[in-house]
Amino acid sequence: MKNYNLKKVNVILLILLSVVTFSCKETVKKDTALYQCPMHCEGEKTYTEPQKCPICKMDTELANTSIKNDGEIPEMSIFNLPSKWTNQNNENISLLDLKGDVLVMVMIYTTCTSACPRLVSDMRNIERQIPDEQKNNVKLVFVSIDPITDTPTRLKEFAKENQMDSDQFIFLTGSVEDTREFAAVLAVSYKQISPKDFSHSNIISVFNKEGVLMHQQEGLGVDNAETVAKIITESNY
Amino acid sequence: MRTIGLTLSLLIATLCIAQAQVSPMVIIKGGEYIPLYGSDSVKVKVASIKMDVYPVTNLQFLNFVKENPKWRRSNVKGLFADKNYLSTWQSDTILGINLKKDTPITEVSWFAAKNYCECQNKRLPTIDEWEYAAMADEELPDARQKKTYNQFILSWYETPKTNKNKIGSTFKNYWGIYDLHGLVWEWTGDFNSVLISGESRKDVDKDSNLFCGTAAIGATDLMNYAAFMRYAFRGSIKANYAMRNLGFRCVKDITDEKL
Repeated sequence: MKNYNLKKVNVILLILLSVVTFSCKETVKKDTALYQCPMHCEGEKTYTEPQKCPICKMDTELANTSIKNDGEIPEMSIFNLPSKWTNQNNENISLLDLKGDVLVMVMIYTTCTSACPRLVSDMRNIERQIPDEQKNNVKLVFVSIDPITDTPTRLKEFAKENQMDSDQFIFLTGSVEDTREFAAVLAVSYKQISPKDFSHSNIISVFNKEGVLMHQQEGLGVDNAETVAKIITESNY
Repeated sequence: MRTIGLTLSLLIATLCIAQAQVSPMVIIKGGEYIPLYGSDSVKVKVASIKMDVYPVTNLQFLNFVKENPKWRRSNVKGLFADKNYLSTWQSDTILGINLKKDTPITEVSWFAAKNYCECQNKRLPTIDEWEYAAMADEELPDARQKKTYNQFILSWYETPKTNKNKIGSTFKNYWGIYDLHGLVWEWTGDFNSVLISGESRKDVDKDSNLFCGTAAIGATDLMNYAAFMRYAFRGSIKANYAMRNLGFRCVKDITDEKL
């Protein structure tokens, strides 16, 4: 009786385990991910599917490689974030897809009438000062802190309204959770203070081509010379 | 049956899975409350949730780290945890000499805490959920006007190294929750929704301000002082910080249960 029950329990456990383990790792990017034995039993050998290491039997893990670009992602890179986003053209992207360009990022919401228009104009101001030959290497990215209202359609309209409907500008909307996480990485605070309004930090962040934070500009309408200089330096690498 | 139960819990304790880490939860009945610290005194609605009775322990987190090597000290990326992450552990998978299994885990970043909860099919509480549950004392769901309640909290804030005390060593509150006050500070999911000074984080950006509650001296009473300390703390930390006195517990939406 006991044995029977134990078996049953084990079976249930196994089912539970497989279900939950899977859900824990749902953040893994299936299309580009490579898996590796955590003990490196077979050196740097990688697999395209998660499996057990044939030598030590441990579960393989997401390897620290990226197909899009050779070389490791630096530890402090935002490309380590697994979050998924949708842009103003309704395309699904991950932050890693932005690798290779200098990123100038700000968090706003499109229905904001006080600080955001000024943040947007700060961004356009910065963009204007980037020499044409370097614009190919720079993207200006707006991440919505109000993903419920800011649908891709709304973002597209916003881009048009503000003469930012070009490849130079990227507008992203994601899940509430991923947005909170992204803000945490940028050290941006925000809080919904009414159904329509948020209070939020006014921070423009510059990331290098590897996704590492290089510079932050705080406040509205502040002198952006340092920010622009940083963007130009980084885009030359 | 008892043997089976024991075997089950032993088996479970070694796995990453949620239901696995034996951690009792109780229901906190939702309602409205006025947050202690905020720019306006508008009532905030809090939905009913289940909350861990105790903070996550060293042993539970050790098991999690064993199952999820990406959260081992030597593997974790700087973006997700600073150099203080589990820094008093002897190795990747051995607790520090002075750390007991049943004391609260600390030195964990927000990312680690968040992922731990997600792996248990839970999440971190919001600030409002945490504060709502934490305004209870032994007898009342909202004891914030009671002198004894506030004195307990403030005397704890002055006591060093309470993170070395066992879980459950403080009082059981109205809801059946232990240790919201008295052991360690706790991560909340939206800790970065605190904007202490309007729309800038400048005032609270310096590490020297981490525990500074002096601005509350003008505040009306002890109650606001204690709350100010917590909000100022949240406003001053970053998601990859790992600190000696900062742990966490998880919550679960009740609607999830019904699915």
